[in-house]
Amino acid sequence: MTEIATPAPVRIDSPAKRIAKQFVEDPIAVIGLILFVLIALIAIAAPWIAPQNPYDLMQLSIMDGGLPPGETSFATGQTFWLGTDQQGRDMLSGIMYGLRISLMVAVVSLTLAITIGTIVGVAAAYFGGRFDSIVMRIVDLQLSFPAILIALILLALLGRGVDKVILALVIVQWAYYARTVRSSAMVETRKDYIDAARCLGLSNRRIMFRHLLPNCVPPLIVVATVQIAQAIALEATLSFLGVGVPITEPSLGLLIANGYDYLLSGRYWVSVFPGIALVVTIIAINVVGDRLRDVLNPRLQT
Amino acid sequence: MSALLDVCDLQTHFFTRDGVAKAVDKVSFSLEKGQILGLVGESGSGKSVTGFSILGLVDPPGRVAGGQVIFDGTDLIAGGEPVMRSLRGKRIAMIFQDPMMTLNPVLRIDTQMVETVRAHENVSKAEALRRCREALVQVGISSPDERLKSYPHQFSGGMRQRVAIAIALLHKPDLIIADEPTTALDVTIQAQILSEVQKLCAQSGTALIWITHDLAVVSGLADRLAVMYAGRIIEDGPTAAIIANPRHPYTRGLIDSVPQGKRHGAMLTQIKGMTPSLLNLPQGCKFAPRCPRADAACQVEPALTPAGPDRQVRCHHPHADHEATP
Amino acid sequence: MIVYLVRRVGQSLLAVMAMAVLVFLGVFFIGNPVDVLVSPEASQAQIAATVERLGLDRPLYEQFGIFVWNALQGDLGTSFVYGRPALEIILDRLPATMELALVALALSVGIGIPLGVWAGLRPDSIAGRTIMGGSILGFSLPNFWQGMLLILVFAVLLGWLPAGGRGETTEFLGMQVSFLTWDGLSHLILPAINLALFKMSLIIRLARANTREVCMQDYVKFARAKGLSPRRVVLVHVLKNIMIPVVTIIGLELGSMVAFAIVTETVFAWPGMGKLLIDSINLLDRPVIVAYLMLTVLIIVGINLLVDVIYSLLDPRIRLSEMKG
Repeated sequence: MTEIATPAPVRIDSPAKRIAKQFVEDPIAVIGLILFVLIALIAIAAPWIAPQNPYDLMQLSIMDGGLPPGETSFATGQTFWLGTDQQGRDMLSGIMYGLRISLMVAVVSLTLAITIGTIVGVAAAYFGGRFDSIVMRIVDLQLSFPAILIALILLALLGRGVDKVILALVIVQWAYYARTVRSSAMVETRKDYIDAARCLGLSNRRIMFRHLLPNCVPPLIVVATVQIAQAIALEATLSFLGVGVPITEPSLGLLIANGYDYLLSGRYWVSVFPGIALVVTIIAINVVGDRLRDVLNPRLQT
Repeated sequence: MSALLDVCDLQTHFFTRDGVAKAVDKVSFSLEKGQILGLVGESGSGKSVTGFSILGLVDPPGRVAGGQVIFDGTDLIAGGEPVMRSLRGKRIAMIFQDPMMTLNPVLRIDTQMVETVRAHENVSKAEALRRCREALVQVGISSPDERLKSYPHQFSGGMRQRVAIAIALLHKPDLIIADEPTTALDVTIQAQILSEVQKLCAQSGTALIWITHDLAVVSGLADRLAVMYAGRIIEDGPTAAIIANPRHPYTRGLIDSVPQGKRHGAMLTQIKGMTPSLLNLPQGCKFAPRCPRADAACQVEPALTPAGPDRQVRCHHPHADHEATP
Repeated sequence: MIVYLVRRVGQSLLAVMAMAVLVFLGVFFIGNPVDVLVSPEASQAQIAATVERLGLDRPLYEQFGIFVWNALQGDLGTSFVYGRPALEIILDRLPATMELALVALALSVGIGIPLGVWAGLRPDSIAGRTIMGGSILGFSLPNFWQGMLLILVFAVLLGWLPAGGRGETTEFLGMQVSFLTWDGLSHLILPAINLALFKMSLIIRLARANTREVCMQDYVKFARAKGLSPRRVVLVHVLKNIMIPVVTIIGLELGSMVAFAIVTETVFAWPGMGKLLIDSINLLDRPVIVAYLMLTVLIIVGINLLVDVIYSLLDPRIRLSEMKG
């Protein structure tokens, strides 16, 4: 019997695997990712793991108002590890619920903005001509004004509300994605295989989404990680200024604003702890984003 | 008579993440006043790094790791940055490869020339400008006043290289190190620049190190040649002798790969393979993997040994005089 | 150059026009302009007068014409709260905001460029890494949170500086300014730092990246080969090259500073335009909001225009290509 020697299969890692491998080479990025996953889990599970429901007035006791961290409740005997606010609300629970709203607003607006920006960007690159120049004029015009100004004006006209904040964030952000997607799609449209696909009689939609779009994904991911941190910060800022989410659904920014008045009188915890939660979230995302950018940018890889 | 420049066991290493690259490995040569040395090699052979090392211009992660550079009796390596800086542009000038990149795009020509004069001599601006005009005329640039007020992008490549040469000539240096100064230019401009540099050096008695990968260019110019391969000098000696009778198989390969008029129709021979990576050099003779003459003896690195009058070669099996190409 | 200038001014006017249309649509189309522009407490006669004055009973394009015509004459409506022309109220607050923004800009440039160049020249040194780490924090932390930390540390815990307000002002070139008295200056320091930190981080990153890029260029090596002192190489050859992108950013950022001042002014109770805007939003004083928006758009577009002109003066290559084009 003879055995046919088969050459050992050459293992070629898929791009996703290669990226994952390179990503974990940086320990700080791994810590950032773990932190972010943890924060996301807390936000999702807040209603089940928070010590109390901070917006159920039945659970609050005015007796517990303004307690510093570590005090126990007069009413229930539970320990307030991060203190309480003026209404006797447990700050730890408030932060968990606040995270939930902050992240929800950011993720929803991110998804909508990416969708709109991608469609507009790919279409602009593919069709070119008049459509392209009009769309890009609008994008340039919008990007020449600070995001916060545009969001503020929209909310001043629309009024407060979670849905309105999301709308403002989408309007502010879509332009970044449209520009990113368009510039990477432009590079691709000039390549021969797109002409080949047109000659094959593939539909415009198929060419755009099956051929152009995949090439735009890496830069899109990089912009998205930067933008989601920006979105969280912007929402927090708007809520802090009192034009963002309503007081019935406080995000981290609104919690910070509520505690701001007590900061000067020394009750730092009402404001500082939500602030720390916000900052840790933003930094974790930025660290992950920085690493992703290094890994995904082929120009930096030598 | 002592040499103007004496380079002795110069070592320049690049400390990269993947290991230490010995870009220049114990290179020695010397140069008399007014002499022209051709430093020849492929890209990556260490010839440019050698030039930069003399002036202390190696960028990190590179560093001069050992050896001496004695210029007119002073050891530049031991003297360090202050000594080097007092000589740079003053007694040793340099001309770079790409004239499009050597002039600062946002500064006018007069700024870039006057600052060179005033870096070494405390003269008035008017006097400095007068010297700049003189230098520009010297390199064949007409209407220097107008040129001085221009920005580099208003010049052609050849013009920019002339300006760079004029800057090098400002202090009438004893030595000019020219790093492939004609490679990036058109052939007609190349010839012009070449003959002008030769003329200027002869007039002022300036010594010249001409770094190039192009044997044809340097053979008509240089008094002596030093051929580099993988960071080492593998052959040096008088130009005429080396061109007529190359000893090292690599030098011979270089000469044979230059088209020559008299051998019209003959096949050009080429050197097989590629320059080895400096991070992954073969044991023994560095050229052995590409060498038609290599055998077991080449597992040991040969030393630089005398090979005729005023010549040295680093090879176990050097060619004899007038030996036919195998 | 003149062709270029004319074209650039034209583009700027177009941007202002586009924003005017958007503001007009926002006020007159989405909402009921009577609700927007007339105080809720107004009498029937006042409402009728406003409708008459703004031509609200006429077709939309005529209304737009009236809006633009009034705006050109500086009439952007009357504040419900103060009962004075909205533009006048905003212009009263303008010096405070401009003082804050300019001091912050000076701080961010004066500190940011040297730090960025330093970090670019020595990217692997401890100082270089620390500067970069700090700039990432300054870059990613929300502005209002940085401001609160400044108050917590320097006003509450250390008690060195006041937590808010503008302090004593003196007249300087016909405007009320704070920086000439110690009391005013002490009130100015924290808000200015707060507003500066974000831009400073941006400038540090930009200056560092450009310094690294420029240092690899042959002309820097050639400058060293000419025997120039390291000082001259950095201060003339490197700095002049990195100034082109940095000036662009600085200019664009001055515009956004006016907008970011909204946050800083709210945190530090600084009586500028930004604080006025937030107060007006809370009090539903819409004419002031509209006036603020138009004025800010004008400022930002004007600054962008100015930056482009400076940019073309700095970079001879652009000057040339634009003149040809």
